[in-house]
Amino acid sequence: MSIVEASRDNGAIDPEVPKSTGRKRKERSIRGSQNTTGWLFMAPAVIILVLFLVIPIVGAVWVSLSDWTGKGSPLGAKFIGVKNYQALLADGGLAQKDLATSLRNNMYYVILVVPLQTILALTLAVILNKRRLKGKGFFRTAFYFPSVTSSVAISLVFLFLFTASGAVNRILAWLGINGPNWFADPRGVLHIVLNAWGIVDMDNPPAWMSEGKFMNLTWFQWFSGPSVAMCSIIALAVWTTGGTFMLMFLAALQDVPVDVDEAAMVDGATPWQRFRNVTLPALKPTMYLVITLGLIGTWQVFDQIYLMGKGGPAKSTLTPAYLSFQTSFIDGKWGQGTAIAFILFAIIIVMSSIQRYVMREDKKVPKRKRMVFAETPATSTGSAGATTTAATLHESTPPKDKI
Amino acid sequence: MRSTRLVKSAVAGTLAATLLLVSACGSSNSTADSSSSTAPAADGSAAAQSPAAPAGGADLSVLIGSSGQVETDALTTATDAWGKDTGNKVTVAPAQDLGQQLAQGFSSGSAPDLFYVGADQVANYAKADNIAQYADGLSNAGDFYPALKQSFTYDGKFYCAPKDMSTLALFINNEMWAKAGLTDADIPKNWDDLAAVAKKLTADGVAGLALAPERDRIDAFLVQNGSYLTDDSGKVTANDPKNVEALTFVKKMMTDGTLQTPAQLSAGWSGEAFGKQLAAMTIEGNWLLGAMAKDFPTVKYTVAELPAGPTGTKGTLVFTNCWGISTTSKYPEQAKALVEYLTGSDQQLTFAKAFGVIPSVETAKDAYLKEFPENQAFVNGVDYARGVVNFPGITDVLADFNAQLQGLATGDPKAILDSLQENLSAAIG
Repeated sequence: MSIVEASRDNGAIDPEVPKSTGRKRKERSIRGSQNTTGWLFMAPAVIILVLFLVIPIVGAVWVSLSDWTGKGSPLGAKFIGVKNYQALLADGGLAQKDLATSLRNNMYYVILVVPLQTILALTLAVILNKRRLKGKGFFRTAFYFPSVTSSVAISLVFLFLFTASGAVNRILAWLGINGPNWFADPRGVLHIVLNAWGIVDMDNPPAWMSEGKFMNLTWFQWFSGPSVAMCSIIALAVWTTGGTFMLMFLAALQDVPVDVDEAAMVDGATPWQRFRNVTLPALKPTMYLVITLGLIGTWQVFDQIYLMGKGGPAKSTLTPAYLSFQTSFIDGKWGQGTAIAFILFAIIIVMSSIQRYVMREDKKVPKRKRMVFAETPATSTGSAGATTTAATLHESTPPKDKI
Repeated sequence: MRSTRLVKSAVAGTLAATLLLVSACGSSNSTADSSSSTAPAADGSAAAQSPAAPAGGADLSVLIGSSGQVETDALTTATDAWGKDTGNKVTVAPAQDLGQQLAQGFSSGSAPDLFYVGADQVANYAKADNIAQYADGLSNAGDFYPALKQSFTYDGKFYCAPKDMSTLALFINNEMWAKAGLTDADIPKNWDDLAAVAKKLTADGVAGLALAPERDRIDAFLVQNGSYLTDDSGKVTANDPKNVEALTFVKKMMTDGTLQTPAQLSAGWSGEAFGKQLAAMTIEGNWLLGAMAKDFPTVKYTVAELPAGPTGTKGTLVFTNCWGISTTSKYPEQAKALVEYLTGSDQQLTFAKAFGVIPSVETAKDAYLKEFPENQAFVNGVDYARGVVNFPGITDVLADFNAQLQGLATGDPKAILDSLQENLSAAIG
């Protein structure tokens, strides 16, 4: 108390004063005006956030519960409860079928793109992180290039590559493969495979698959796999985003202390063991970031879809984001379009939570084991690092309950 | 001391930022204010005068889904001339994405005064009260072709004036035709003829007929078989046996390989496949004439009317845009006068010469055919053509039909039409 008094008297801020004391002492405290100042400095950002983020989101919630026709302010529209959501999720009409189709397409897109782009990015990053690689700068630029190029330009190039007589099919022809007509082929890949193996006749699906329906789409349609057209968009997505995530992995890899790796080498770990047990655990936070960004980005895919066929052929590249746009702007059903956006939002939240749960820190692991990488960077010397790594490697082999 | 300086600078910064925001928002507000203050005056004077000669001084904005610079320029020239005569100001702007830009305009109450409306959107806009119902009152209202008027009639009322029209016809590559030993007498009169010549014309790497697998083309076959998605009273007749028969015929040509889609031929659209001589025939509208002249000037071709169905019924589809007037327009009378001028016989003939459209009024027919005798097939088509089915809220149903037609080659025509029947009935209610 006296310290605070004293410091106010000579007008200087004492760094020793604990924060909590300052906050409790409300208007009499020197921190009080700092608080106001802080808010004032933040005001422009807060105002902009409220104006362009909070209000529009609240407005969108309202639109999704109203019968707004797109004319004038949505505030004048009639409240119709959850009717829009009902049409999408329960009524069994075309709206529900379209949403189910788009969710199916996007699900396969996510299932393929997220792991593939993560693996590609990690592989490229590991290669670029090799100390003896020549022309590193060139490769780094080359791999990153697709990420900084406009997605419109890249999409157009892919459209040309994947036409029936395009470069991809020419190359396949050299190998004796008769390539499909990529962007015009709505057949599901799983269907094609099952058909080729003679398990299921694609044009005449067995009754047990075509009878049952979920969200107005038969199980047979759910298990179509991505369409051939979607596969080319998947290739595009993996190729363009791989570079961005490579950069993140590269940054993380450069933070992995070299001495830990060397220590593991001294202990006789094989390159794979070093990668699996030393490098990968160190990359966990980045892995988490990449997968989270990947999940969110892939569920929201819009621009490639818009450019490369607007959901066609036969709705096989339709995604919820594009469906939302189409329902609102083309069909004029604004409430329903906004409702799709919120359903998509819910899906992304659920997916991210599941992923957070799966990738959570394992609390059962002994503390010293978790601390390995927190300790090593600055403090540990070569030999200390070696001992710790050896311990880590040793401990990771037996099952946890034995420790 | 230090903290007061901090507060001062924070206050100053916030003030400056807020001012900036306010001034940015304010600038658009002030223009809106100034225009709305002049509006009542203009409205008043317009109401006072006869509708035939509305007052000048209006500032009309026109948004068009332009086919290209030529169309924009021709329209700008025409509206400038009208503006000079009547003392109004007209600004023509081509849209990047007409539907989206209009949607933004409608919701903010700042839609352009005049804009293109596709026949598939007219019911949606009319139902939401976005476009004014004015076309009955035009002096040339009786001059438009009946099929076109039907396209823009919602709830029994003729909403907006068709600006021009396009119909589908059969394009035939002369060289390939002669090579296959065919003569003018062989031009297909009915489906059997069409299948026969398509088979003869199909060769290695060349399809007999290129056809986009979408309802804007395939529906013509339904009309030729004496049916359509709805009958004249508006009842849904999508799964009529005649329609099933028509789709089955198209499917057979697809599975025979005599009919191929543009994608199968590595072309962006049927017209490109035809121009690149990857197909000997195609079914397209008169927009292909301009594209051929521009991109494939050396390819010689003939245009014929579409073949009739088995019962001899002729059928084609007519496509058109109309001049929509926004309900929020401050100068509805002036906008109407401009539409009257733009859809007048003379002006439409000027547009026909400039960018290849066909006039939507009957009084221009003879003059047009005199100028473009080779386009007889398109003009004849309007007599037996059907327009787009226009009910509000069916855009997604028709899009679904389109999607299903893309799988026609392996699909079941009856199942496709059954699901269309179900969805259409549900949407129209």
